[in-house]
Amino acid sequence: MSTTDMSLDNASSTTAAKVSPARKRPFKWSVVSDHLILIIGSLFMLMPVVAAFLTSSHDNATVHSGGLQMSIGDELAANYYNAMLVPGGFTKSVDGMRMLGNSFILGIGFAVGKIIISMLAAYAIVYFRFRFATLAFWLIFTTLLLPLEVRILPSYEIVQSLGLLNTYTGLIVPLIASATGTFFFRQFFKSIPDELIEAARIDGAGPVKFFFDILIPLSKTMIAAIFIIMFVFGWNQYLWPTMMTTDERFFTLVRGISQIMQVFIGSQIPDYGEAMALAIIAMLPPVLIVVFFQRWFVKGLVESDK
Amino acid sequence: MKKSQFRSPLYPYLLLLPQLSIVVIFFYWPAAEAIRSSFYLEDPFGFSSTFVGLDNFKDMVLRSDYVATARFTVIFSVLVTFFSLATALLLAVTADRVLRGASTYKTLLMWVYAIAPPVAGLIGIMLFDNLVGPITEFFRTIGWDFKLGVNRFDTAFAMITISIWKQIPVNFIFFLSGLQGIPKSVQEAASIDCKSTLRRFWTITFPLLAPTGFFLLIINITYSLFDTFGVIDVVLKGEPGNNPVTLVYKVFLDGFRGNDLGGSSAQSVILMVLVLILTVFQFRMIERRVHYS
Repeated sequence: MSTTDMSLDNASSTTAAKVSPARKRPFKWSVVSDHLILIIGSLFMLMPVVAAFLTSSHDNATVHSGGLQMSIGDELAANYYNAMLVPGGFTKSVDGMRMLGNSFILGIGFAVGKIIISMLAAYAIVYFRFRFATLAFWLIFTTLLLPLEVRILPSYEIVQSLGLLNTYTGLIVPLIASATGTFFFRQFFKSIPDELIEAARIDGAGPVKFFFDILIPLSKTMIAAIFIIMFVFGWNQYLWPTMMTTDERFFTLVRGISQIMQVFIGSQIPDYGEAMALAIIAMLPPVLIVVFFQRWFVKGLVESDK
Repeated sequence: MKKSQFRSPLYPYLLLLPQLSIVVIFFYWPAAEAIRSSFYLEDPFGFSSTFVGLDNFKDMVLRSDYVATARFTVIFSVLVTFFSLATALLLAVTADRVLRGASTYKTLLMWVYAIAPPVAGLIGIMLFDNLVGPITEFFRTIGWDFKLGVNRFDTAFAMITISIWKQIPVNFIFFLSGLQGIPKSVQEAASIDCKSTLRRFWTITFPLLAPTGFFLLIINITYSLFDTFGVIDVVLKGEPGNNPVTLVYKVFLDGFRGNDLGGSSAQSVILMVLVLILTVFQFRMIERRVHYS
């Protein structure tokens, strides 16, 4: 369409020099409105976090008297230093670095644990013929039905009776008790052609060799994708760590948020700057991972939630 | 299942052992415990419990605050689901159409996925803060005396807005991937036949997106029921007072703060049934989705 329009223009114009050879798309109002919608949408998603970041660069008195700040202040380093390195909380035994470390332990521990356990289970279900296979399948996949939140109280009591409160095991392992990963790997393994296992068996490869030499290399992209989703999921856990950890040394950053809130209830000027600094640090690792590994992340999300 | 499989007397059980033991200890045991204790009345010190049949459920359903919480949860879920789906759909359709900057917009619209609900809540209560919040200030200039945590409606408004904000990226990603799954030939044929973008959207794109939409509907209802816990807890600063809460938050409140184990378990069981219904519905939808593609 546009090329025919341009050639007509060429023919009708008197001076050839005036006509630029560059193919210009015809101006359309709909394109402008499309960009307007997307810019407003992007700002809507972006502005709250920008405001949080800018506020984290001011001292509390400025914020208290002048509201949230939309300019960069000079307390940036001080606020982040206080948030990360000065011990806070009731017992003064936890600082931001400790919470950051715990968040990484939870995020990575959860993701790795879940990938290993669910890959093994999915391997058994898809590649082995054995009695009780159907029973095992249903036992595992029924867990997709009920999120942790609806059985939170008894879960807490069981973890308590096992003596796992305020431990990393108690923090991570109960979260793994859902079959999302297993379901995902099962779907993926089923899509791998049968010829591979047949060829492997003819060549005399046993189940262990097949798993390590063929299945794991084939699953690399899938493992990366699911790792990102699970890391973000583990990092962002709130309810379970809030119940599980009363000892501040086991607080994650996201768990620490409920402690930060306490400053808003007190009678003094709240530590706005420090609170926002912690919020920024708590979101930074998962946000960076999602942005940098966007393609894998989208793949993992869209394919695992099916 | 595969046509060709390994046979081994030991391997499959060994491979399943870790997953099965975690599932039994941390899923079946607590779920069974929740169901069991919903039929018992436990004394506050946990020394004895008496079988009371369905009394916990009856008490629960008859209590006016439970009914009010259930009603609020429905309103909350409907609003969060509707607005986050609608906004994400508009953004996805637009982002799928533009030629310049498409990938930048895509990144800007999806990264909020990585932010934890309570962190979103913390930023939210700063924006809605009665003293320093810019949104509060804006509302006051247009004559709305916004008071977070004091006025029930205002608190609910903040909770819902923050929950919608947090959920837009997931919906956006799924809608966009759904849109990109529509064959280009179909879109081109449609654009030749029909000039109106809006009409093309409702007659061609929207029906083709319906399977994604149904699937997202369930995801969003589950999100508003469960994952908004962090947002609500932070907005209420752990002290609900007179403010509205959702059903999941009430399970937590009654069980942990109120020490009403039987009542809390009965609520858990009601929620389990609700999720069960949703999941059965979801599986049927997935079947249809697979069928289409």
